[in-house]
Amino acid sequence: MSTAATASGAAPAAPASPVRRPGLLRTAWRFHRTKIGVVLAGAVLLVAVAGPFLSPFSPTEMAGMPNSAAADGTLFGTDEVGRDVFSRFLHGGYTLVTIAVASALAGVAVGAVLGIVAGYLRNWADELIMRTNDMLLAFPQLVLALLLLSILGPQVWLLVTIIALSHANRVARVTREATLKVVEQDFVKSAEAIGVPRWRIMAAEILPNITSPLLVELGLRITYSVGTIATLSFLGMGLQPPQADWGLMINEGRTAITIQPWAVVLPVTAVAVLTIGANLITDGLSRASIGIDRGVEK
Amino acid sequence: MLRLILYRLFYGLLTLFVVSLVVFAATQALPSDPAQAILGREAADPDRLAALREQLNLDQPLALQYWSWLSGVAVLDFGTSLSGGMPVSELLGPRIQASLTLMLVTAVIAAPIAMVIGAFAALRRDRRFDHTSSMVTLVLAAVPEFAVGIAGILLLATGGLKLLPAVYAGSSTEVLANPDQLVLPVLTLAIAVSPPIIRMMRASMIEVLESEYVQQARLKGLPERTVIWRHAAPNAIGPVAQVIALQLGWLAGGVVAIEFLFNFPGIGKALMDAIEARNLPVIQAVTLLIAAVYVLVNLVADVVGLAANPKVRVSSR
Repeated sequence: MSTAATASGAAPAAPASPVRRPGLLRTAWRFHRTKIGVVLAGAVLLVAVAGPFLSPFSPTEMAGMPNSAAADGTLFGTDEVGRDVFSRFLHGGYTLVTIAVASALAGVAVGAVLGIVAGYLRNWADELIMRTNDMLLAFPQLVLALLLLSILGPQVWLLVTIIALSHANRVARVTREATLKVVEQDFVKSAEAIGVPRWRIMAAEILPNITSPLLVELGLRITYSVGTIATLSFLGMGLQPPQADWGLMINEGRTAITIQPWAVVLPVTAVAVLTIGANLITDGLSRASIGIDRGVEK
Repeated sequence: MLRLILYRLFYGLLTLFVVSLVVFAATQALPSDPAQAILGREAADPDRLAALREQLNLDQPLALQYWSWLSGVAVLDFGTSLSGGMPVSELLGPRIQASLTLMLVTAVIAAPIAMVIGAFAALRRDRRFDHTSSMVTLVLAAVPEFAVGIAGILLLATGGLKLLPAVYAGSSTEVLANPDQLVLPVLTLAIAVSPPIIRMMRASMIEVLESEYVQQARLKGLPERTVIWRHAAPNAIGPVAQVIALQLGWLAGGVVAIEFLFNFPGIGKALMDAIEARNLPVIQAVTLLIAAVYVLVNLVADVVGLAANPKVRVSSR
């Protein structure tokens, strides 16, 4: 479900496939930045997942006077309504992480299918998919999301759909490039020669051979998702009050930033650390994947 | 070369047309009634509903609505703002100027610095400066820009150090009159746009430094400074120019969150205010404008990329 979980949890499974020598995840793990990334992202994920069970107050209950940095019985004071900042912080990560990972997964899945189909069939479907893609790419992701969310109303499913779709066309480009390289190889030609149906070639011959770029894309998309969703929530177009959410907390706390900085510092730090961790993991993966590609091409 | 550019131009126009369709479809052609959505709870009043429908041309068929909207847009007439009744173009004029100023100042400051850092990292390849800059760009590229801005506010505008104002206070017509208020927004945007420029400059410079003509220049006994500034750097800049153009396009959308954070009176703030007030004509105008800038800049980046590529430039002359 999470970057950290995929990176560490799937590592033992890698040697099972006989094709790759060291395995992408194991190679990536050799880089220091990957380890740092896993620790950073893992720490934030732990807060997001375990936080709700540890919080001293409910995220919506009043704990003291509004906007006091040192209210009695609270660790980091209260927010602008008088709710416990620390409890809201512990509750606020789960939604962000879930939405970000869900939209990244959906985006990569849709993008991979489109990219493989376009790259393998190379006919009118390719033209149609890639030209539509180019048009969609003409819209800055954030502005498209703002446009649709402001008109249709900020709803979670809409948020996931918009982010996933704007990921999908970027993933499709990368997948298509990767597919074009694989299609030229002999095992695809031999599968075609013995009459394996096209959908099976795409699913069983091409897909397993482009998992490295897809994994890198997934990491990249999760990083972007977290950033975009946090930004949208910060702009008031994501999750809505009184929900506890890191982006929304930053939006609500920013006017009182001088008297009660904690209401902003905690969620901003969490978002920043999570994106940095995810990006470090992605960079490790992409370095590992470039190395593997070199080996395969020879 | 010319044919390629003409093709890209045509394609850019087509893209703009599609963008206008998307903006129109998202705002006015939805199955739900936009007038009702705009008025919200006040929609119970049938007179206001009817008046608003007439103002937005909602009683006409969709194609006709689109046509009258688009022909207005073509002559920069985006309709009238729903709050205040000012023409949208008049409302947005000074704000566009303010945003452009912000973007230009950022670009003028960020691009040269980023290029110098990238070139220097390439010259110091695999040494400490290179590793540090690569790590820093990796970290800064990941963090959403509003978080960078907040970090800036926390460090420089609150607490012990009260060096700079935390938010912008002033009108959109005299942006440059208060340079201290511009520091934080420009710094934030510069940090947001720089990492890709640094990385591209480094990669491109490394490639050039390993090329045969640089080797030849060195073998010829030229001083290292001449080799770098006369032979290497000018050839490394081509691909970087393209990245800079793309980053400028990103700025058009990226200013939204930053203007919102710093309360800067540009188009991004206008968009957020319009969304808050459900001011449909302004939302349409700003999103269309940002997308148009984005398309245009991409087009320029394409052409720059073509012009910088000697193979394309020479082969199809």
